[in-house]
Formats: sequence, C-alpha cells, structure tokens
Amino acid sequence: MLLSMRGICKSFSGVPVLRNVSFDLEPGEVHVLAGENGAGKTTLIKILAGVYDDYQGEIELNGRRVRFPSPHHAAGRGISVIHQEMSLVGTLPVIDNIFLGRELKPRFFPRLFVDRAGQLAKARELCSRLDLDIDLMRPVDEYPLTVKNRIEIAKALAVDAAILIMDEPTGALSTPEVERLYRIIGDLKRRGTAVIYITHRMEEIYRIGDRITVLRDGQRAGTAPVSELSETKLIRWMIGRELGSRFPVRESKPGAERLRLENFSAAKPGTSPGAKRHPVRNVSFSVRAGEVVGLAGLQGSGNSSLLAGLFGAFPRSIHGKVFLDGRPFRVRSPQWSIRHGLAYLPSDRKESGLIQGMTVAENISLASLEKASPWGVLRSRTEAAMARRQVQALSIRLPGIDSEVRQLSGGNQQKVLLAKWIETEPRVFLLDEPTRGVDVGVKHEIYALIRRWVAEGTAVVLITSELQELIGLSDRILVMHRGQVTAELTREEASGESILRAAMGKPWKN
Amino acid sequence: MEELTILEVPDRGTLPGRRFDDSWIRAISALCFVFLLGLIFNSGGAFFEWGTHRDMLRQISVIGILACGMTLVVITAGIDLSVGSILGLNAVLFALLTLHLAWPAIPAAGACLLAGLACGTASGALIARWRMQPFIATLATMVFTRGLAKSISGGEKVSRAVAQPDGSYQYADLPGFFLWLDQKVLGGNIAVVTLVFLACVVVCWLLLSRLRWGRYLYAVGANEEAARLSGVPTGRIKLLAYGMAGAFSAIAGICQAVQEQQGDPEAGAAYELSAIAVVVIGGTSLSGGQGRIGFTLLGTLTIGYLEKILSLNAVSEASRLILTGCIIVAAVLLQRKRC
Repeated sequence: MLLSMRGICKSFSGVPVLRNVSFDLEPGEVHVLAGENGAGKTTLIKILAGVYDDYQGEIELNGRRVRFPSPHHAAGRGISVIHQEMSLVGTLPVIDNIFLGRELKPRFFPRLFVDRAGQLAKARELCSRLDLDIDLMRPVDEYPLTVKNRIEIAKALAVDAAILIMDEPTGALSTPEVERLYRIIGDLKRRGTAVIYITHRMEEIYRIGDRITVLRDGQRAGTAPVSELSETKLIRWMIGRELGSRFPVRESKPGAERLRLENFSAAKPGTSPGAKRHPVRNVSFSVRAGEVVGLAGLQGSGNSSLLAGLFGAFPRSIHGKVFLDGRPFRVRSPQWSIRHGLAYLPSDRKESGLIQGMTVAENISLASLEKASPWGVLRSRTEAAMARRQVQALSIRLPGIDSEVRQLSGGNQQKVLLAKWIETEPRVFLLDEPTRGVDVGVKHEIYALIRRWVAEGTAVVLITSELQELIGLSDRILVMHRGQVTAELTREEASGESILRAAMGKPWKN
Repeated sequence: MEELTILEVPDRGTLPGRRFDDSWIRAISALCFVFLLGLIFNSGGAFFEWGTHRDMLRQISVIGILACGMTLVVITAGIDLSVGSILGLNAVLFALLTLHLAWPAIPAAGACLLAGLACGTASGALIARWRMQPFIATLATMVFTRGLAKSISGGEKVSRAVAQPDGSYQYADLPGFFLWLDQKVLGGNIAVVTLVFLACVVVCWLLLSRLRWGRYLYAVGANEEAARLSGVPTGRIKLLAYGMAGAFSAIAGICQAVQEQQGDPEAGAAYELSAIAVVVIGGTSLSGGQGRIGFTLLGTLTIGYLEKILSLNAVSEASRLILTGCIIVAAVLLQRKRC
C-alpha cells in the first residue's frame, strides 16, 4: 500500500470538517474522491498536501508515518497537487514555471545557480510524454487554457510525483482534450503513479476510476471498487438520509409575476482563464411574488454569475430581456438595481459583502444611505436608529453598533449583511449562499427570515450548495449545467438525486 | 473576544462616531515631540515668540492646502502625484490673468478653480473610467500640466514686468487682491493664507464626516467591490476625490502666486511628495478606507514645526533633508498599530 490515512479529524474554529476519515491508495490506481460541496474533500486533500498540519489522525506513506509541516515537505515526498485554480505564473516562461521553487541545482555553486541544461532536458522529456509541442522559453500566458492545463501537469510530474492529486481537472476542457487527459492518466498508471481524482461528473467516475471514496458531511460514506458500485448506490452515498423536519411545509401562495428573464446571457469578466466558469447563455425563467425559486448547479455552472449579472455587477456583458413587475428593466449597475427593488447577497461575505473596517451601523446603512441623508447630509440619528432596529429584529449579538464588523463572528456578520439588504426594502431578493459559514442556529434564523419575506410578497431566488436546504426552502428548482438551465423541478419532483443528475448534465428522469 | 447580547440598545441619540482613539493620540504625540524639540532648541528664545509660529503657519499653508486634497484621494486608496504641477499651472494662470491681462481677482480665481477642477477630474476620469492605476494616471497629469504651465508662460516667470510691443518693460500695478491675501489679520497675528488653509480643512471635515459622499469615499477606499455592490457610485466618487484635489491645488496655486508676487512655471515642484508625507505622518494609511482631515492638520503642523526649528537653528539644508527623512520614517513607525 502506497498511502494510508487513518482516523483523520480536522475542525475549523470549533466546527468539525472532517470526522474520523480514512483513505488509502495503491500504486498505479486512480482513486476517485467524491461528495457534495462542503463534504470535506478539499480539506482532506489539503491535509495530505501539507497545507494544514493541525489535524488528528495519522498518515503513512510507503509504510512510514509522516506528517507534513508545509506543502514544500509534501512535494519533497512525491505528493503533487494540480490545482483547480491554476498555480502558474503567467508572465514567466514555461520552463521556469515547471521548476518554480524546485529548480534543478548544478554541481558547482548549487545555491547560486540553476542547472538550465538539465532542466531543459527534463522539461523536453516531460513535454513529449504529455503531447506538448510548445516553446519552453515563451511566457505561459501566451498559451491557451488547455495547454496551461498540461503545463500544470508537467509541473507536478517534474518532482517525480508518486501521488498526483487532480482537483476537477476536466472542468474547463473540451471533449478531445478530456480524452487526451485520460490517455495521460493511463500512461501515469502504467508507470506506477497513483492518482487521487476529485470530480463531480458521473460519467468520469465510471470511465477512469478504479476505486471511489465518497465523503458526506465530513465523514466517509463508503469506499468501493467503481465496477461494483451502482449509480443509485453512489448517489445515496453522496446525499445520505432524507431530510428531517428542518423545513416545515410552507403554504405557498405565489402572487403575480415579479421577475421574468428572457434569453438572458451574462459572462463574468476578468476571471482568470483557469477558473472553470461557464458564461450564462439564453436563460429564461420567471419568479412570482411570494415564491422561492432555487437555482441549483455545481460550482462553475453559471448560477452565481446569473445572479450577479442580473444585479448589474457586470452590466456590459448582459444580453436578453428582463422584466420587473411586468415592466422592462435594463440591467445597468448595482445602484440602479437597488433603486428598482433588487437586492443581492453575494456568497463572498468578506470580499464583496461587508466592509470589514467599517462599523456595524455604517455597514447596515450603506446600501440605503440616501434614506439617512436628505440633501446629502448624513443624519446620524436616523442612521443609528436604522442600525438599532435591525440589530434587534435579527438579534445580532455585538458589543455595540459602533464596533467594527470584523470583530463579529461569522454568523453575526452574515446577519449584518442581511440587515443591509433588508433596509433597502427589496421586492426581489437574490441570495447566493445565504447560510455559508454560519452555524446551525443562525441557519434556522435565516430560514425563518426567508419564509417571512416570502409571506410578505418578496420574490426570492436562492442559490445554496446544500441540497437539503435548497429542497427544503424552494417552491421550484431550476438546475443549471454549463451555463444553461437543464431542468425545472417542482417541489414534488425535486430530490437530491434528480437535482444532482441534472446538474451533472444527465437526464434527471429515469 | 466575548460578545454581548444587546437586549436594550441604549439610545444615545446619535452615532458616537469613531472614538477618540489611539490614532489621535499617536498623531498628537508626534506633534508634541516636535514641539518639545522646539522648546529645547529655542534658538535664544525665538521659539517663544508668536511671530515665529505665525510665520511657520504661513509657510506651511500651501503644502497644507495640497494635503487636504491629497487626504481625500488617499482615503479612496489612491494617490495624486499631480497636485504640485496643478499648483504651478494655476500660479502661472493667475499671475497671467491678473497682472498681464488685468482681470479682476474674482473671475481670475474662478477661472483657476475651474482649471484645477478640470485637471483633477481628468485624472479621475482616467482612473475611474479607463481603470488606470492612480499612480500612472496622475503621473501623466503631472507631466502634462507642468508642460502646460511652461507653455502658457513661455517658460518665463510671469511677473509684474509686462513686455511691451516695442521691447521695453512696464511694471503692472500689484492688484489689491495680492495685498489682501498676503496680509496678516487679527492684529497682525495670523496670515490670511493660513485662514484659507483652515477653511480648506473645514470644508474637508464637513465632506468627510457630515456628507453622504464622504462616507462613500471611505467605503470605496476600504472595499471597492463591496461598495459598488451596495450601490455606491464608485466612479463618480473617485471623480469627486480627484476633482477636489485639483481644485485645492488651484487654491494653493493662487496663494503661491500671491506670496511670490509672480507666477513661476516651476512652482510646486516636488510639493506632491511633501503633501503625501504630511498625510502619512498624520496617520492616514495609504492603503485607504481610513484617515481623517484632523490627522492631516496635525501632520502639517508637525512638518511645519520641524522645518521651522531646523531653520531657526541654522541647520544646513543638507542636514535638514537628512533629518526630515529620518523623522518621516520614525513618525510612520510610531503610527503603525502594534498587532
């Protein structure tokens, strides 16, 4: 046995992410690691790669116990990760990227110089193995994504990797490129390299996997040879038991149509070419007042871009028609959208949600500051009243409304973010991961809030990577795959299995 | 940190604002330190006379006015290298209009303000609309406006000596505005230029702490993406910051012309660096999102006193520069929050 991880436990600030997970690897096998978003796959991989070293449990490599204090140490023992987001320095030549941080040393003055001839010879050999016919001296950025992908693999192989970890490597590849990658993996297997392969795609699991381990809620749901595992059983492993009573049955009384999209297209600009995102193409749907529409899809399926685009985060890439309460609405800017009754809760609370260095009151009032500043003059009394009202309504726990947001816990920060948008009195609420990184108690409070808005006639579009949450809260669920809506499920039709099938691009009905 | 549940939020009526916190104490202590140096090295009692302080205030006012605009820009996480050049352009423009073309002072000052506003807004447009980096955009404006100043003045100082068609020179009368702006008021105890500086401080204070736009300046500097997604018109806010910086530079340019009684196209060279130093010594962070105009006032006084003390004690220019460099480093190290 090449690798064996036993009883791995890891928690982030008290919240357990991995509980007693075991994982092993034979030389020359492709071991698929699967599970929902947030199941703990990435954390497990990061422990193996030396990113986290404060875990419990033990790791044995070639029969010897190891513990990697840093990624550098893990790489030194032959563990290489091919990152989801590329780890290449675009402006450096290909060859420098392949050996970055682990340059070959010449015999003389090894600390000062780099063995360029040796590097060149080795890089040429790697490139021929990987079907790469490129100029090693040109900057990486001059090559398309598919080539970068293979440069990334060359970089991993340059250290004679015994274990290669691939995190959704085919997300951005076309079919012939995927086939080529499979050939490369086949070649690696013959040479005895073991591959840990993370994927969401069903067909891929059966195409190249030898064994599969499924994680669910931080625990191992099971490990089996792929050939002995039926698709039904695999999905049951991924989703687990059915929902409890977290989501009481709600009388849904949808009113008039509030929001309608016709042939809506959007592309998030400026994302690195390595990010596997699909532009949103020709999406049409409508949401009625008092209705929650869930927008399902795996990471990069375009559902997040759809919400951000609709809100006006990148208005120049928008095509298609949007109607708000039956009247045509032009997507122009967030400011314009807020004025027309849209609110958008971004998934990334720290980066694009809150202003960490500003106070709670300043954050709560930011999106509706015009209410608190007639003629442009700030009325601090109005602003303070606004903040206090929200602090009480959402029972936000804090030292005072003039304390900085960064002092609050994640759950309370999320409530401040919600409070900011509630103050704008939206008619359409676009929620991207409203419960990310908050504990169970706050989750329930957020569910109650959503139910209350809907009862008051607000239209809600909801994205969440927790399937149970999505099914429990939504009246209807639209599933996106590669930028398009591939299924529309009613409350009765929606199940973890049907959603996951549609999100992976398979027919959701048997 | 333990969190408290607020069950009954005390009604304090208004927001308490940011408390009188550490940053204030640090800014004041830097000033006190320099002041103490003055008390010790008082060069035979000269430091104990009000006239010394009045002159210091008069000399530092132009830099102070530039620093007001710089503060607004730095709060948005930007930087403005063009303020010195805009000062030079407007010194020339104002001298040209009043001395050579005999415009009355008010329309001439108005024209200068518009010119300054236009230069600043141009930088702002490059940054907000075409997403250039503030350093590069304002560097371009800096070079451009310096060239403009030299071209409208013909490369010469614009003084009271006006060239006549026959080649002779005739001296223009100094307009009353020059005398008025350069005088000392309140029993000769304070220069009008200093009052102009204080007025600029008050304008910035009103903007930053009383107006919605001021709040938006902080928001843009602290987290532009979050601000934009909260409906803050980030582009217009940047235009405002750079436009105001340009207008303040124009005011500084008029003051400079009046003090020198001429328009020097080289005026204000490297003043942008002094203005940045003043802002940073005050304790406003170049990374944006924080800072106060009060800090800039304290920073201006710190630098002003430092230079005054050094010149009172007849320290040579060479040593003066070396010492100033060291003081800037010390002040900034002192400002840094200990984490």
